[in-house]
Amino acid sequence: MARAHSPRRKLLTTLAAWTVALIIFFPVLWMILTSFKTEPSAVAMPPEFLSADWTLENYAEVWARSDYPRFFWNSVVISVGSTLLGLLIAIPAAWAMAFVPGKKTKDLLMWMLSTKMMPAVAVMIPLYLLFLKFGLIDTRIGLVIALMLMNLPIIIWMLYTYFKEIPGEILEASRMDGASLWGEIVHVLTPMALPGIASTMLLNIILAWNEAFWTIVLTTTKAAPLSAFIASFSAPQGLFYAKLSAASAMAILPILILGWFSQKQLVRGLTFGAVK
Amino acid sequence: MKLSIRALMGACAVGAIGTFAMAETTITVATVNNGDMVRMQGLMDDFYAKHPDIKVEWVTLEENVLRQNVTTDIAAGGGQYDVITIGTYEVPIWGKLGWLESLNDLPADYDVDDLLPAIRGGLTVDGNLYASPFYGESSFVNYRKDLAEKAGITIPDAPTWDDIKAAAAAMTDTEAGIYGICLRGKAGWGENMAFLTTMANSYGARWFDENWQPQFDQPEWKAVMTDYVELLTKYGPPGASNNGYNENLTLSLQGKCAMRMDATVSAGALTDPAQSEFADKVGFALAPDAGLGKRANWLWAWSLAIPASSDAKDAAKTFINWATNKEYLALVASKEGWGNVPPGTRTSLYANPEYAALPFAKMTIDSINAADPTNPATKPVPYVGVQFVAIPEFAGLATSVGEIFSAALAGQKTVDEALAEAQALAVAEMTAAGYIK
Repeated sequence: MARAHSPRRKLLTTLAAWTVALIIFFPVLWMILTSFKTEPSAVAMPPEFLSADWTLENYAEVWARSDYPRFFWNSVVISVGSTLLGLLIAIPAAWAMAFVPGKKTKDLLMWMLSTKMMPAVAVMIPLYLLFLKFGLIDTRIGLVIALMLMNLPIIIWMLYTYFKEIPGEILEASRMDGASLWGEIVHVLTPMALPGIASTMLLNIILAWNEAFWTIVLTTTKAAPLSAFIASFSAPQGLFYAKLSAASAMAILPILILGWFSQKQLVRGLTFGAVK
Repeated sequence: MKLSIRALMGACAVGAIGTFAMAETTITVATVNNGDMVRMQGLMDDFYAKHPDIKVEWVTLEENVLRQNVTTDIAAGGGQYDVITIGTYEVPIWGKLGWLESLNDLPADYDVDDLLPAIRGGLTVDGNLYASPFYGESSFVNYRKDLAEKAGITIPDAPTWDDIKAAAAAMTDTEAGIYGICLRGKAGWGENMAFLTTMANSYGARWFDENWQPQFDQPEWKAVMTDYVELLTKYGPPGASNNGYNENLTLSLQGKCAMRMDATVSAGALTDPAQSEFADKVGFALAPDAGLGKRANWLWAWSLAIPASSDAKDAAKTFINWATNKEYLALVASKEGWGNVPPGTRTSLYANPEYAALPFAKMTIDSINAADPTNPATKPVPYVGVQFVAIPEFAGLATSVGEIFSAALAGQKTVDEALAEAQALAVAEMTAAGYIK
């Protein structure tokens, strides 16, 4: 039976939730506000709000100075491509770990996760040399492979957690009915795990979209995504915060919209298996 | 029939030659985002009109990211970049390592002898010019003339540190939000340590002696740090330890810094009425000295260079010649006015009466000429560089020392503690790097 909450407690909880949400969202909000200010107004001390000079010029200049559609398209291809390729590898891997675990499965999972803790810069030169050797520098396929490898442990972990919730008996029954291994994964497991796969996909698209180390190191002009677009508006000297904010707002807007419309799936995916 | 075949073959040959002649070479130019570089990208029509066979693709990155990417690419021999934008710190190091293509064979119209000697010296290693300066800068004092007048003081064109201390004290009016002096306090080898190294040069201090022994335990450094902390604590803005170039420039544009010592390149913004309401009240002076023969001014240039790994070196040289030639300066002047011409690279620019008439032109050239990268301190040193030491270990070491000094400015440690910590750190780093045997 659910506990009854007093109106006072409800109000306090709501207030606390809104405060926390506002604190978390404030940097994004401030960035968006800054993107509409003039450069001197953007850096004024004390910070200006009501008295700020508002302008759309930053967006016009950022648009004029950069090929935004090219950066945007590269981001779409790289984030979606790396996620789909990752799922293609991770679904069979997670199936094997969830339904036919070996003695070392847990160790394998932990080892995979531990690779995420390695600083990226430690493998920068070896990976750069490999990419150079295979002609993958500044190519979208190169970045798809790099980001897929980077996010694969998370994809496998998320799917593994999800698959563990599916009763093995259902798969056994399908096998008894004559389903092949392929048929078992594609026609039985995948439809049942579709919500989990969808939330994994969404989360990994967001992770790949926001990646800003490899996408800058491994690209120059042709495959550079929106992370490189943002970096091009930072400057060693001079006033640039308003234009940088406008570029950042343009870069995060698509993923913000995606996140907003898929927040239910995202929360479900992130919290799945958390309460047991 | 024979005639037709011959005509056809001739036409094909002409077509093939034409196609060959027009074969397009694409070069990738890696650059930083600053006003002069952005302006150059807007003037590319002139380049394409003169060189239709070369296509330029731009990669614009933040300074440190650019440094990381270019270093990785050159070290791996990647050849991703054909022209790179690098600072005066990297050129001697990378030139010595053989990472850069020599620019000694640029065409005669490049007029290498027209380059300012101090800037050219900083970009030359063993007689080879490894980078062509796009814009150069030094540092100087800018101040509000109206506040100096109100305080009843005159700041000389060539002030001493005593003049600066007296002026800072006289012009400070914290109740009105006016701070007597703004100096870089934010930690970083290119932030507080750039300023403090030049201040040290003028005080008779140095980073290392002839045997690469760190010198933070010497009385000259104590005098530098004592005066620096005292100046900013008494007359500087609140939170001075967080202020770098941009923060102090902003305060100056708002009129809150009565006086500031920083890059000459900011003169354009300070005298631009669109950016500052105090544009007509700005005065300039040389960086101060302590009577020891060295002024506290630095020398820096953003320059264009060709990585040795580039496979389009000829096209890259053509581009560099266009972008850093005297003709380019005239092109910018004709399109955007003399005030927007990249400063600090060529003698002829300062001989031009129209440019010389700008309020900051004379002080800029005097500041640049007063810097000597091969002989930066009053005592002998084993290194090259005015506000830096041109060794690969410097950036990391100076950033760590900068954090210690920034903490001293913030009051988290005393000057003595900071200097002792910096000395111990520098000795350990230089021993590990093999400079100290």
